[in-house]
Amino acid sequence: MSLEAYRACIGRASEPVKNEVEKGAIRKFAAAIGDPDPRYRDEEAAGGRLLAPPTFSRTFDYGRVPGLELPRAGLIHASQEFEYFRPIHSGDVLYCQTRLADVFEKQGRLGRMIFLVFEMEARDTDGNPVVRQTSTVICREAEA
Amino acid sequence: MADIRRFEVGDALGPLVKPPVTKTQLVMYSGASGDFNPIHTVDEFAKEAGLGGVIAHGMLTMAFVGQLLKDTAGPNGTLKKFGVRFVEMVRPGDVIVCEGRVTGVEIQDDQQVVTCEVWAAIDGKGKNAVTGQAVFTAPLPA
Repeated sequence: MSLEAYRACIGRASEPVKNEVEKGAIRKFAAAIGDPDPRYRDEEAAGGRLLAPPTFSRTFDYGRVPGLELPRAGLIHASQEFEYFRPIHSGDVLYCQTRLADVFEKQGRLGRMIFLVFEMEARDTDGNPVVRQTSTVICREAEA
Repeated sequence: MADIRRFEVGDALGPLVKPPVTKTQLVMYSGASGDFNPIHTVDEFAKEAGLGGVIAHGMLTMAFVGQLLKDTAGPNGTLKKFGVRFVEMVRPGDVIVCEGRVTGVEIQDDQQVVTCEVWAAIDGKGKNAVTGQAVFTAPLPA
Protein backbone atom coordinates (compact mmCIF):
# COMPACT_ATOMS: atom_id res chain seq x y z
CA MET A 1 0.00 0.00 0.00
CA SER A 2 1.16 3.56 -0.67
CA LEU A 3 1.57 6.21 2.01
CA GLU A 4 -1.64 7.83 0.77
CA ALA A 5 -3.53 4.53 0.95
CA TYR A 6 -2.29 3.97 4.50
CA ARG A 7 -3.18 7.53 5.49
CA ALA A 8 -6.70 7.03 4.16
CA CYS A 9 -7.15 4.37 6.90
CA ILE A 10 -6.23 6.71 9.81
CA GLY A 11 -8.98 6.73 12.40
CA ARG A 12 -10.48 3.43 11.28
CA ALA A 13 -10.95 0.74 13.92
CA SER A 14 -11.55 -2.99 13.91
CA GLU A 15 -14.74 -4.54 15.18
CA PRO A 16 -14.13 -5.59 18.83
CA VAL A 17 -13.05 -9.23 19.10
CA LYS A 18 -13.98 -11.41 22.07
CA ASN A 19 -10.90 -12.95 23.74
CA GLU A 20 -11.12 -15.52 26.53
CA VAL A 21 -8.01 -15.65 28.72
CA GLU A 22 -7.06 -19.31 29.07
CA LYS A 23 -4.91 -20.93 31.77
CA GLY A 24 -3.01 -22.99 29.24
CA ALA A 25 -2.22 -19.90 27.18
CA ILE A 26 -0.79 -18.11 30.24
CA ARG A 27 1.30 -21.17 31.20
CA LYS A 28 2.70 -21.54 27.68
CA PHE A 29 3.51 -17.84 27.52
CA ALA A 30 5.28 -17.96 30.91
CA ALA A 31 7.28 -20.99 29.74
CA ALA A 32 8.26 -19.24 26.49
CA ILE A 33 9.56 -16.13 28.27
CA GLY A 34 11.25 -18.24 30.96
CA ASP A 35 9.58 -16.56 33.95
CA PRO A 36 9.23 -19.09 36.81
CA ASP A 37 6.64 -16.99 38.75
CA PRO A 38 4.25 -19.52 40.34
CA ARG A 39 1.34 -17.07 39.95
CA TYR A 40 1.52 -17.77 36.18
CA ARG A 41 1.16 -21.53 36.72
CA ASP A 42 -0.50 -22.44 39.98
CA GLU A 43 -3.95 -21.16 40.90
CA GLU A 44 -3.28 -21.52 44.62
CA ALA A 45 -0.12 -19.40 44.39
CA ALA A 46 -2.07 -16.86 42.35
CA GLY A 47 -4.78 -16.66 45.01
CA GLY A 48 -7.56 -18.01 42.78
CA ARG A 49 -7.09 -17.39 39.09
CA LEU A 50 -3.77 -17.35 37.21
CA LEU A 51 -2.12 -13.97 36.73
CA ALA A 52 -1.10 -12.98 33.18
CA PRO A 53 2.42 -11.55 32.59
CA PRO A 54 2.69 -7.80 31.81
CA THR A 55 3.08 -8.17 28.05
CA PHE A 56 0.60 -11.05 27.63
CA SER A 57 -2.16 -8.76 26.32
CA ARG A 58 -0.15 -8.21 23.12
CA THR A 59 -1.08 -11.78 22.13
CA PHE A 60 -4.85 -11.12 21.98
CA ASP A 61 -6.75 -10.92 18.73
CA TYR A 62 -7.61 -7.24 18.15
CA GLY A 63 -9.23 -7.73 14.75
CA ARG A 64 -8.39 -6.02 11.49
CA VAL A 65 -8.61 -2.38 10.51
CA PRO A 66 -10.92 -2.32 7.47
CA GLY A 67 -9.06 -1.72 4.23
CA LEU A 68 -5.60 -1.97 5.76
CA GLU A 69 -3.25 -4.48 4.16
CA LEU A 70 0.00 -5.19 5.98
CA PRO A 71 3.06 -6.72 4.32
CA ARG A 72 3.54 -10.20 5.75
CA ALA A 73 7.26 -10.09 6.49
CA GLY A 74 8.14 -6.47 5.99
CA LEU A 75 7.02 -5.21 9.41
CA ILE A 76 9.47 -4.14 12.07
CA HIS A 77 8.30 -3.43 15.61
CA ALA A 78 9.60 0.03 16.52
CA SER A 79 8.02 0.67 19.90
CA GLN A 80 5.41 -0.67 22.27
CA GLU A 81 3.62 0.91 25.23
CA PHE A 82 1.20 -0.48 27.78
CA GLU A 83 -1.08 1.38 30.15
CA TYR A 84 -2.62 -0.94 32.74
CA PHE A 85 -5.94 -0.35 34.49
CA ARG A 86 -6.06 -3.69 36.30
CA PRO A 87 -4.23 -7.04 36.17
CA ILE A 88 -5.46 -9.70 33.73
CA HIS A 89 -6.38 -13.15 35.05
CA SER A 90 -7.36 -16.49 33.56
CA GLY A 91 -11.09 -16.62 32.96
CA ASP A 92 -11.28 -12.94 31.98
CA VAL A 93 -13.41 -12.24 28.93
CA LEU A 94 -12.07 -9.21 27.10
CA TYR A 95 -13.20 -7.33 24.02
CA CYS A 96 -10.21 -6.14 22.02
CA GLN A 97 -10.10 -3.49 19.35
CA THR A 98 -7.35 -1.80 17.34
CA ARG A 99 -7.40 1.59 15.67
CA LEU A 100 -4.92 3.03 13.19
CA ALA A 101 -4.04 6.24 15.00
CA ASP A 102 -1.34 7.71 12.77
CA VAL A 103 0.77 7.11 9.68
CA PHE A 104 3.95 8.97 8.84
CA GLU A 105 7.04 8.62 6.72
CA LYS A 106 10.70 8.93 7.63
CA GLN A 107 13.92 8.64 5.75
CA GLY A 108 16.07 6.02 7.48
CA ARG A 109 19.25 4.02 6.97
CA LEU A 110 17.28 1.52 4.91
CA GLY A 111 15.60 4.13 2.75
CA ARG A 112 12.06 5.43 2.93
CA MET A 113 10.08 3.88 5.76
CA ILE A 114 6.39 4.13 6.60
CA PHE A 115 5.46 4.14 10.30
CA LEU A 116 2.04 2.91 11.40
CA VAL A 117 0.81 3.72 14.91
CA PHE A 118 -1.89 1.46 16.33
CA GLU A 119 -3.89 2.10 19.49
CA MET A 120 -5.19 -1.14 20.93
CA GLU A 121 -7.57 -1.53 23.79
CA ALA A 122 -8.97 -4.42 25.82
CA ARG A 123 -12.20 -3.86 27.75
CA ASP A 124 -14.03 -6.13 30.15
CA THR A 125 -17.62 -7.28 29.69
CA ASP A 126 -18.85 -4.14 31.52
CA GLY A 127 -16.96 -1.93 29.06
CA ASN A 128 -14.25 -0.86 31.52
CA PRO A 129 -10.76 -0.49 30.04
CA VAL A 130 -8.33 -3.18 31.23
CA VAL A 131 -5.23 -2.35 29.18
CA ARG A 132 -4.39 0.15 26.46
CA GLN A 133 -1.47 -0.27 24.11
CA THR A 134 0.28 1.86 21.54
CA SER A 135 2.22 -0.14 19.00
CA THR A 136 4.37 1.47 16.30
CA VAL A 137 5.47 -0.68 13.38
CA ILE A 138 7.61 0.13 10.36
CA CYS A 139 6.74 -1.04 6.86
CA ARG A 140 9.94 -1.74 4.99
CA GLU A 141 8.06 -2.75 1.88
CA ALA A 142 9.67 -1.33 -1.26
CA GLU A 143 7.35 1.14 -2.94
CA ALA A 144 7.77 2.55 -6.42
CA MET B 1 6.26 -12.17 53.29
CA ALA B 2 9.01 -10.53 51.30
CA ASP B 3 10.51 -7.37 52.74
CA ILE B 4 8.77 -4.27 51.46
CA ARG B 5 11.27 -2.10 49.68
CA ARG B 6 11.56 1.66 50.07
CA PHE B 7 12.44 3.11 46.65
CA GLU B 8 14.71 6.15 46.23
CA VAL B 9 15.64 8.15 43.15
CA GLY B 10 18.81 6.66 41.67
CA ASP B 11 18.15 3.12 42.96
CA ALA B 12 19.27 0.38 40.60
CA LEU B 13 16.71 -2.20 39.42
CA GLY B 14 18.06 -5.65 38.64
CA PRO B 15 20.09 -6.93 37.01
CA LEU B 16 17.95 -9.79 35.75
CA VAL B 17 20.26 -12.00 33.68
CA LYS B 18 18.29 -14.28 31.38
CA PRO B 19 19.64 -17.57 30.02
CA PRO B 20 20.86 -17.36 26.40
CA VAL B 21 18.01 -17.01 23.90
CA THR B 22 17.57 -20.26 21.98
CA LYS B 23 15.93 -21.11 18.65
CA THR B 24 13.60 -23.43 20.55
CA GLN B 25 12.55 -20.47 22.70
CA LEU B 26 11.72 -18.47 19.57
CA VAL B 27 9.52 -21.34 18.35
CA MET B 28 7.85 -21.46 21.79
CA TYR B 29 7.30 -17.70 21.79
CA SER B 30 5.86 -17.83 18.26
CA GLY B 31 3.35 -20.43 19.43
CA ALA B 32 2.55 -18.65 22.69
CA SER B 33 2.15 -15.22 21.08
CA GLY B 34 0.60 -16.16 17.75
CA ASP B 35 3.35 -14.20 15.93
CA PHE B 36 4.39 -16.70 13.25
CA ASN B 37 6.49 -14.32 11.16
CA PRO B 38 9.14 -16.75 9.78
CA ILE B 39 11.97 -14.23 10.37
CA HIS B 40 11.87 -15.56 13.95
CA THR B 41 11.90 -19.27 13.18
CA VAL B 42 13.13 -20.08 9.66
CA ASP B 43 16.82 -19.32 9.06
CA GLU B 44 16.55 -19.53 5.26
CA PHE B 45 13.67 -17.05 5.25
CA ALA B 46 15.49 -14.66 7.60
CA LYS B 47 18.63 -14.80 5.44
CA GLU B 48 16.58 -14.09 2.34
CA ALA B 49 15.13 -11.08 4.17
CA GLY B 50 18.67 -9.79 4.68
CA LEU B 51 18.82 -10.48 8.42
CA GLY B 52 21.61 -13.07 8.30
CA GLY B 53 19.54 -15.57 10.29
CA VAL B 54 16.58 -15.68 12.67
CA ILE B 55 16.08 -12.81 15.13
CA ALA B 56 14.12 -12.80 18.38
CA HIS B 57 10.69 -11.19 18.65
CA GLY B 58 11.03 -7.70 20.10
CA MET B 59 8.16 -8.61 22.41
CA LEU B 60 10.22 -11.48 23.87
CA THR B 61 12.89 -9.04 25.05
CA MET B 62 10.17 -6.71 26.32
CA ALA B 63 8.72 -9.63 28.29
CA PHE B 64 12.13 -10.10 29.97
CA VAL B 65 12.05 -6.46 31.08
CA GLY B 66 8.45 -7.01 32.21
CA GLN B 67 9.70 -9.83 34.44
CA LEU B 68 12.22 -7.47 36.06
CA LEU B 69 9.53 -4.81 36.66
CA LYS B 70 6.98 -7.26 38.05
CA ASP B 71 9.58 -8.80 40.39
CA THR B 72 10.81 -5.35 41.46
CA ALA B 73 7.29 -4.09 42.23
CA GLY B 74 6.80 -7.20 44.38
CA PRO B 75 3.74 -9.35 45.05
CA ASN B 76 1.67 -6.39 46.23
CA GLY B 77 2.97 -3.96 43.64
CA THR B 78 1.20 -3.07 40.41
CA LEU B 79 2.60 -2.12 37.04
CA LYS B 80 0.85 1.01 35.69
CA LYS B 81 2.76 1.95 32.55
CA PHE B 82 5.48 0.26 30.56
CA GLY B 83 6.91 1.33 27.22
CA VAL B 84 10.00 0.47 25.18
CA ARG B 85 11.70 1.25 21.90
CA PHE B 86 13.24 -1.68 20.05
CA VAL B 87 16.71 -0.50 19.11
CA GLU B 88 18.83 -3.57 18.35
CA MET B 89 18.11 -7.07 17.07
CA VAL B 90 18.52 -10.04 19.44
CA ARG B 91 19.82 -13.34 18.06
CA PRO B 92 19.93 -16.93 19.35
CA GLY B 93 22.81 -17.25 21.83
CA ASP B 94 22.46 -13.67 23.09
CA VAL B 95 22.33 -13.20 26.86
CA ILE B 96 19.93 -10.41 27.79
CA VAL B 97 20.59 -8.42 30.95
CA CYS B 98 17.63 -6.35 32.15
CA GLU B 99 18.27 -3.35 34.37
CA GLY B 100 16.73 -0.07 35.38
CA ARG B 101 17.10 3.04 37.47
CA VAL B 102 14.53 4.87 39.59
CA THR B 103 13.94 8.41 38.31
CA GLY B 104 11.07 9.48 40.55
CA VAL B 105 9.17 8.45 43.67
CA GLU B 106 5.89 9.97 44.85
CA ILE B 107 3.64 8.92 47.69
CA GLN B 108 -0.05 8.65 46.78
CA ASP B 109 -2.76 6.94 48.85
CA ASP B 110 -0.20 5.17 51.05
CA GLN B 111 1.54 3.78 48.00
CA GLN B 112 4.91 4.51 46.47
CA VAL B 113 4.49 5.54 42.83
CA VAL B 114 7.83 4.72 41.24
CA THR B 115 8.94 6.03 37.85
CA CYS B 116 11.97 4.39 36.29
CA GLU B 117 13.98 3.99 33.14
CA VAL B 118 14.65 0.44 32.00
CA TRP B 119 16.83 -1.22 29.42
CA ALA B 120 17.86 -4.67 28.21
CA ALA B 121 21.51 -4.99 27.23
CA ILE B 122 22.93 -7.68 24.96
CA ASP B 123 25.74 -9.07 27.11
CA GLY B 124 29.19 -8.72 25.57
CA LYS B 125 27.99 -6.66 22.61
CA GLY B 126 27.92 -3.26 24.34
CA LYS B 127 24.45 -2.56 22.94
CA ASN B 128 20.95 -2.24 24.29
CA ALA B 129 18.24 -4.29 22.62
CA VAL B 130 15.47 -2.17 24.12
CA THR B 131 15.26 1.03 26.15
CA GLY B 132 12.19 2.35 27.87
CA GLN B 133 10.41 3.61 30.94
CA ALA B 134 7.83 2.36 33.39
CA VAL B 135 5.66 3.39 36.32
CA PHE B 136 4.68 0.99 39.08
CA THR B 137 3.17 1.25 42.53
CA ALA B 138 4.43 -0.57 45.60
CA PRO B 139 3.22 -0.56 49.20
CA LEU B 140 4.91 1.74 51.70
CA PRO B 141 7.10 0.02 54.29
CA ALA B 142 5.62 0.20 57.78
